[in-house]
Amino acid sequence: MNFASKQTAAQPSRPTCLPWPREVVDRAGWLAMVESLAKGERALLSLWGESSCVHMALLEQREPPLRIVTLECPDGAFPSVGRLHPPASRLERAIHDLYGLKPEGASDQRPWLDHGRWGVRQPCGARQEIDTTCDRYEFLRAEGEPLHQIPVGPVHAGIIEPGHFRFSANGETVVRLEERLGFAHKGIDQLMSGASIERAAQIAARVSGDSTVAYSLAFAQAIEAAFDVNVPPRAIYLRALMAELERLANHFGDIGGICNDAAFSLMQAHCNLVRERILREAASAFGHRLMMDRITPGGTLVDLKPESATALYAMTDWIALMTPRLIALFGDTTSLQDRTVGTGFVSEALVKQYACGGYVGRASGRAFDARKAIGYAPYPHLAFEVGASNEGDVDARVWVRFDEIRASLKIVRQILDETPEGPIIAAWALPDDWTREGAALVEGFRGDIFVWLRMRADGVVQRCHLRDPSWFQWPLLEAAIKDNIVADFPLCNKSFNCSYSGHDL
Amino acid sequence: MQKFLLQGLLRSALTEQAPTPDAASMAELGYTLERTARAKLGRSLSIREVDAGSCNGCELEIHALNNAYYDLERFGIRFVASPRHADVLLVTGPVTKNMREALERTYAATPDPKWVIAVGDCAFDGGVFCGSYACIGAVAKVVPVDLHIRGCPPDPTTLLKGLIAFVDNMQ
Ligand code: SF4
Repeated sequence: MNFASKQTAAQPSRPTCLPWPREVVDRAGWLAMVESLAKGERALLSLWGESSCVHMALLEQREPPLRIVTLECPDGAFPSVGRLHPPASRLERAIHDLYGLKPEGASDQRPWLDHGRWGVRQPCGARQEIDTTCDRYEFLRAEGEPLHQIPVGPVHAGIIEPGHFRFSANGETVVRLEERLGFAHKGIDQLMSGASIERAAQIAARVSGDSTVAYSLAFAQAIEAAFDVNVPPRAIYLRALMAELERLANHFGDIGGICNDAAFSLMQAHCNLVRERILREAASAFGHRLMMDRITPGGTLVDLKPESATALYAMTDWIALMTPRLIALFGDTTSLQDRTVGTGFVSEALVKQYACGGYVGRASGRAFDARKAIGYAPYPHLAFEVGASNEGDVDARVWVRFDEIRASLKIVRQILDETPEGPIIAAWALPDDWTREGAALVEGFRGDIFVWLRMRADGVVQRCHLRDPSWFQWPLLEAAIKDNIVADFPLCNKSFNCSYSGHDL
Repeated sequence: MQKFLLQGLLRSALTEQAPTPDAASMAELGYTLERTARAKLGRSLSIREVDAGSCNGCELEIHALNNAYYDLERFGIRFVASPRHADVLLVTGPVTKNMREALERTYAATPDPKWVIAVGDCAFDGGVFCGSYACIGAVAKVVPVDLHIRGCPPDPTTLLKGLIAFVDNMQ
């Protein structure tokens, strides 16, 4: 694209967001939105703060599918969304921890990401230096004669991320699970502010390593929306190829991990063979096993060589052969089914209330998939079906992953067949006089990743908000484990496979 | 039926493991490690992994060491569930301040003699998270580090090589 010509034609205007508009509402407008959320007329996609305003992204049932509303908070407070719409609660607590904006009337005012250890309060708002301490954290009470508590974490027994789980159990049965997260909080909001596009892209790629492609893509799409960059068709296909390889690798890893947590390690051994082969092919095609830093605003940094395309095609043939065998092994092993069927149930009402994405939502009857719902390129040109189930248990979350594996294989083949020739990156330059805003919603393997950013006129990021799908999945894990036995927690947890790092930022 | 499926699966998986030059050098690396580890530690090396706020990219690759291609356990090196059973702590991430105490306590809970290997660029100097109010940066600022394995993330071969270098230099 040619930016120079555009720039002279257009006049600087007040910031607006692309491709979805952002509107400033007053208090009444904000409250009306909160009420409509509580009634289920629209869904909450994200809620985030800046030094003196809060923003809310909403999923609409009509066109445009996405809407962003803003409330100025000159007094450092805003009417709580979580008060009527619980999915917003943790997001509000995080806004208060980082920006110091107070959610008025919120029922849960405990800190969330701030454990008292940063040496500073409200690091992204009116900074207040403090002596580093360790805040007391009041867990919700579960009372009764036979109840006992089991604290787990932040260091877990497996090779997994840090987080704390507090179980209240009656004998073996879990009466309540309460999560305490934030241990992986790295201060990404603040690192992003003032970063150049290159540095911001690197940070975005490291929000959650298992979704590095999806995050890079979401960040790139938001920048491209803000600056109206036309990505070359070849790059669009190559990015989707990387995204689908990432999805495949993670789904195989997850299915293996879930079965392993049900003490069926054979399945994991075989799933991990597939996963490893995908990562090796990714490394030889794109130069990095996780395909980190391969996507950049404007296109991709590496091209796909014809021999790599052939190798990837051969790999899909092999996976297509392996998948039915793995499905049979999973489906025919009754001792495994005994563990997965009926375990960790999440209701359809709950996933809809939380607008829960990914396999967790789809296994409980919420069909949302950003590849279809937003329909970013190249997906409208590709034929595939998203996974679906209404069962809502661990078993369903495995089957939905199998569905998605089949879909991704189909997509990868279409991409390999149809990728056009041409450049892989757009020539574009930063205009020097505009503040720009962009947003994107991209389907990662775990669910939809939302990015909103504002670029300052001097070409650096002013604010970039990255919302991991886990924000709306973690709370449902607490619901899923209720009335299950403590020993089934690893199984339930793995079937969700929420991100700690992506959530904690 | 199930038996048939299992055998079928096993057979096809084995044929996929055709030796490549990479696999051969890998096996060599692994056996060097086995010999040295046996000589110095008797039977085995027990590793406790601690995620001190990584992006989880490093964890994915550490995990891969357990798959059939790398199969770390055949060399007597295994991951254990508790620091009380560990010889080595494998630490990843830019040590978030929220994880500092947990890391210190995990280190304190590991019996002597003990070693720390810092995995990944974040664990080396904070990586891209360097300079954040929420991160300490290098693992070495919190616990003594015996070896760094660099990379973002280091791939499993690099991790294996690092483990060998570590065992070779162990006092
Ligand atoms: S070194 Fe790279 S992969 Fe490892 S935790 Fe840091 S950012 Fe993630």
